[in-house]
Amino acid sequence: MNPFPQTLLDQVDSSDPENWKLSHYVKRGGYAAIKKILSDKMTPDEVIEEVKKSALRGRGGAGFPTGLKWSFMPKQYEGDKYIVCNSDEGEPGTFKDRDIMRFNPHILIEGMVVAAYAMGVKAGYNYIHGEIWDTYTRMEEAVDEARVAGYLGENILGSNFSFNLYNHHGYGAYICGEETALLESLEGKKGQPRFKPPFPANFGLYGKPTTINNTETFASVPWIINHGGEKYLELGKPNNGGTKLFSVSGHVNKPGNYEIPMGTPFAALLEMAGGMRGGRKLKACIPGGSSMPVLPGDVMMETDMDYDSIAKAGSMLGSGAVIIMDETTCMVRALERLSYFYFEESCGQCTPCREGTGWLYRIINRIENGKGKMEDLDLLDNIADNIQGRTICALGDAAAMPVRAMIEHFRDEFIYHIENKKCMV
Amino acid sequence: MINIEIDGKQVSVPKGGTVMDGAKELGIYIPHFCYHKKLSIAANCRMCLVQVEKAPKPLPACATPVMEGMKVTTASEQAVTAQKGVMEFLLINHPLDCPICDQGGECQLQDLAVGYGAGQSRYTETKRTVANKNLGPLISTDMTRCIHCTRCVRFGQEIAGIMELGMTGRGEHAEIQAFVGKTVDSELSGNVIDLCPVGALVSKPFRYSARTWELSRRKSISPHCGLGSNLVVQVKQNRVMRVLPREDESINECWLSDKDRFSYEGLNSEDRLTKPMIKCADQWKEVAWQDALQFVATNMKAIKEKNGANGIGALVSPHSTVEELYLLQKLMRGFGSGNIDHRLRQSDFRFDKSESGVPWLGTSIADISSLDAVLVVGSTLRKDHPLIAQRMRQAVKKGMQLNLINPIGDDLLMHVANEAIVAPSAMASALAEVLKVVIDAKAATVSSNVKDIIKTITVSDTSTRIAASLLEGEKTAIYLGNLAQHHPQYSELHQLVNFIADILGAKFGVLGEAANSVGAYLAGAIPNKLMGNDQCISGFDASQMLATNASQPAMLCQGYVLMNVEPEHDVHNAQQALKSLGEADFVVALSSYKGKATEYADVLLPIAPFTETSGTFVNTEGRVQTFNGVVTPLGETRPAWKVIRVLGNLLALNGFDYETSEQVRADVIPNLGDVSAQLDNNRTLASMTVVSESSGKVERIGEVPIYQADPIVRRAESLQQTNDAVSPCAWMSPDLLQKLSIKPGDKVKIKQNDGEIRLRAASDEKLPDNCVRLVSAHAETSELGSMFGEILIEKL
Repeated sequence: MNPFPQTLLDQVDSSDPENWKLSHYVKRGGYAAIKKILSDKMTPDEVIEEVKKSALRGRGGAGFPTGLKWSFMPKQYEGDKYIVCNSDEGEPGTFKDRDIMRFNPHILIEGMVVAAYAMGVKAGYNYIHGEIWDTYTRMEEAVDEARVAGYLGENILGSNFSFNLYNHHGYGAYICGEETALLESLEGKKGQPRFKPPFPANFGLYGKPTTINNTETFASVPWIINHGGEKYLELGKPNNGGTKLFSVSGHVNKPGNYEIPMGTPFAALLEMAGGMRGGRKLKACIPGGSSMPVLPGDVMMETDMDYDSIAKAGSMLGSGAVIIMDETTCMVRALERLSYFYFEESCGQCTPCREGTGWLYRIINRIENGKGKMEDLDLLDNIADNIQGRTICALGDAAAMPVRAMIEHFRDEFIYHIENKKCMV
Repeated sequence: MINIEIDGKQVSVPKGGTVMDGAKELGIYIPHFCYHKKLSIAANCRMCLVQVEKAPKPLPACATPVMEGMKVTTASEQAVTAQKGVMEFLLINHPLDCPICDQGGECQLQDLAVGYGAGQSRYTETKRTVANKNLGPLISTDMTRCIHCTRCVRFGQEIAGIMELGMTGRGEHAEIQAFVGKTVDSELSGNVIDLCPVGALVSKPFRYSARTWELSRRKSISPHCGLGSNLVVQVKQNRVMRVLPREDESINECWLSDKDRFSYEGLNSEDRLTKPMIKCADQWKEVAWQDALQFVATNMKAIKEKNGANGIGALVSPHSTVEELYLLQKLMRGFGSGNIDHRLRQSDFRFDKSESGVPWLGTSIADISSLDAVLVVGSTLRKDHPLIAQRMRQAVKKGMQLNLINPIGDDLLMHVANEAIVAPSAMASALAEVLKVVIDAKAATVSSNVKDIIKTITVSDTSTRIAASLLEGEKTAIYLGNLAQHHPQYSELHQLVNFIADILGAKFGVLGEAANSVGAYLAGAIPNKLMGNDQCISGFDASQMLATNASQPAMLCQGYVLMNVEPEHDVHNAQQALKSLGEADFVVALSSYKGKATEYADVLLPIAPFTETSGTFVNTEGRVQTFNGVVTPLGETRPAWKVIRVLGNLLALNGFDYETSEQVRADVIPNLGDVSAQLDNNRTLASMTVVSESSGKVERIGEVPIYQADPIVRRAESLQQTNDAVSPCAWMSPDLLQKLSIKPGDKVKIKQNDGEIRLRAASDEKLPDNCVRLVSAHAETSELGSMFGEILIEKL
């Protein structure tokens, strides 16, 4: 059993096929947040203030303070504004948003209703990636339920506040998880990131002010309203409020999603996940999804699971996808697989990513197949350097960072591969 | 204005401007590929990365908005490292096949690789190859060379108005291509060749024919549509190899229409006439210039003796130069005949007596960009005036309302506010409806004739909206297109537009059909001479000269002088023209081409096209543009002005002692001066007749296809392979097809007067009822008669 307080999957029973439904959600105390806002006549500014106090940070990967992001939306804007939920969960290793939508869809709907209220928005979209069709249909059913019950649509719960939510599914392009590519795709265009500025808060969906948040971010909001921002902050640690879902995968006994407070030691999370498979040694861990730098096992064991601690250790919390690798893992092979992913998923729009990701992959593939040269290691590092920070969106960085970190932490393994034309492990 | 510093130099940039704007202002070059001043910002090539103080990473100059106090360095270590890094990425998959690439020597990638590329590549993996695409007869592709800058894509979306190219696929699979199985058919397509910074899109007609450094670059002016695009004509070994735009923001900007760009192929046509020829006893033989001209003079004199000087008429092309037109009218009038006209496709000349000035655009070309509302009457706008259409497209994006009264409903690839698509015979009444609304709105006083006309007219909703659009705009203009000018009721159309514009305070004018439509008037190539500085003999207009059923035999011409004219294509009624010429005693053709002239002419005199002579065109906005020959005349070809000068001497006429074309021009336009005082569109028609009831007869809409408009373009082989040059069909509305029991694709019999042709029928639901859209100026339709008017269609 999870010993920690839960904000996202509180009292959720994933084994019960009816548990996701509106009636169950309401029984668990659901839709109290929007009722509270409407009955207490909280102003939108008060809602945003509460979110700011919670120190909730974006759960999609970038970790941007949510309250601050909401306050960027122009208040006096005449015309349509939008909120968009980024459920295009494509980062290898990440599967938390899927479970929120599968097992507790109404918490996301309620979170979006609150966000819409806070930002004066009348329409929102939930962009779900194409591979999880069942989850899309589940969300459709949940939205229908909420609409019938008056939590969505015109004059929500008899108030003057109206908000409509639409689910939309993509077709499986990783790049559509990038927020501006997502907007392009939502508009029916080819999913390619836009150059920023202008930022979506000024020029978003259909050129209108738009706020895009991750599924988990929206889903965190009802608890904050119900219990207060300060309480949420207290669950975690300063600047790293609340609890977070971590998707643990790889060489553990019980891979899965674990909701733990920010600042929980990695060792505790590993224990919850059943410990290392076969009692093997932890060799390495990617703590925040495949685009984040890898950390050696011993460094990881000393680290707490929050934005600041992981940054201090030399990686990033990212989306919270914890990829565990034991001593049998060949790091060259692991990097080859990661690089292949970014090579395949680059949108091809800007030069460094389109050309550089393929170059990286081909060199690593060569090393893996025993055709590496010693100078390849510096070349890889230099190519990654030429990609990082030079592209329109963060995919370039995502492709470059794992390469640099792998070579930094496991250089001897790469050298062994080049010299002996085979794996060290 | 925002003050920033670039490389230590201060510059002020308007709010919303970018670092690139500031650098251009300062004359600092920042390397780039995807950036283009006329296209939206893509920021995808990443070549223009520069260092910005306080920014953690280099930023693209093209897309970074200026902020007060910003400090930018374009060549710092950080910036140059980034730029070199991008260059390396661009080159790793580029084939580096410069020695066999047409772009070599004029390639942005090649040039910048010298500055930012390494001597040797660090890339040892397999290079990517990309399959080439068939984009049609004008654009050749080598897609492996593409660097994905998307200039060509953005050009289509933003300038040409249609996205014919796009980037499909992701990552390394990203490719520029057209829609499945489609070619690039825009009338502006060739511009993507200029825009492509590498050799991925190159000119198909020019391909592998010369290297850029072998070519001389010579300035010229386009001889086609009324715009007068500025050209760079590229020449190798006395042959025109290629034509590129010469930038002029107030005329063609940095663009060229495909007609202006690819017509040069016609200059090198096999059909060029290179030696004077005369017909003796039905046999053509090449003769010396002196003999040919003597033959002409003798025959002209013979006709004058027999029928008087009025027995000779001159039909001249508005694509001829001011100098040629002026000299020929001087010769004709000196000889005693006022029969000269360049308005060969016009059929309604009732205005001639009241013409007070030269018809022109009525605004400058650049003014179009700042108009609030426009009404275009009778035009295949994109085809007749591709770059004016483009200018309007940009204006429409900024909020201009475009209104149309037109017999055809082609997609203009821009938002049309209101359109009345009506039969040619109903165009005048549609305009009268607009006039009626305008009169009521402005409580204007009008003549009794106008009162009578509008009294009986019922105003449609569309006309009301068109009038409202014009009434709302502050800067408005009404333009009469080619279809209006060729219309049998041109006088009414022009007069009604004149009235509407006067009441509204709007500008109005005509979209000049040819490069020298304005210049031809100024030169006096009309039967009623406007300018009083020469002896002014009036004569027959084009339609009278070609009349076959004149009431008095004296009205019929027995001799014709044709200059740059192919009557089977270039006149309002080809059937009638060929009959008149066939029955004439003597026809002399001054032409660059043989064509069909051997069938009706008695003498052929090879004259120089615009590339082989100096001359002047006055474009539709009244801009005087002179040019020099760019190559020497082919064979024994001579500039027409020299030919006419010698002929003047042979006819013993005074004032034919010019030594240069400049001297000729000085007689028409002294000191290359301003001609605006002579431009005036105001007309007075004694009495207008506007019929609002349909006669029930089937009418022809005989537009001139874009690549049939003049002798040069008709011989441009590549343009003749485009989708704009496919064989004509008889286009009809589905209603008319049904009424005649014809199915699309059926062969039909088409009759006009004595002529009959057979073509396939096709359906166009945007055509008005009882109309057949059937091109003129085409070999397959030249047996038919008038471009407009009654036509018979029968099922076969």
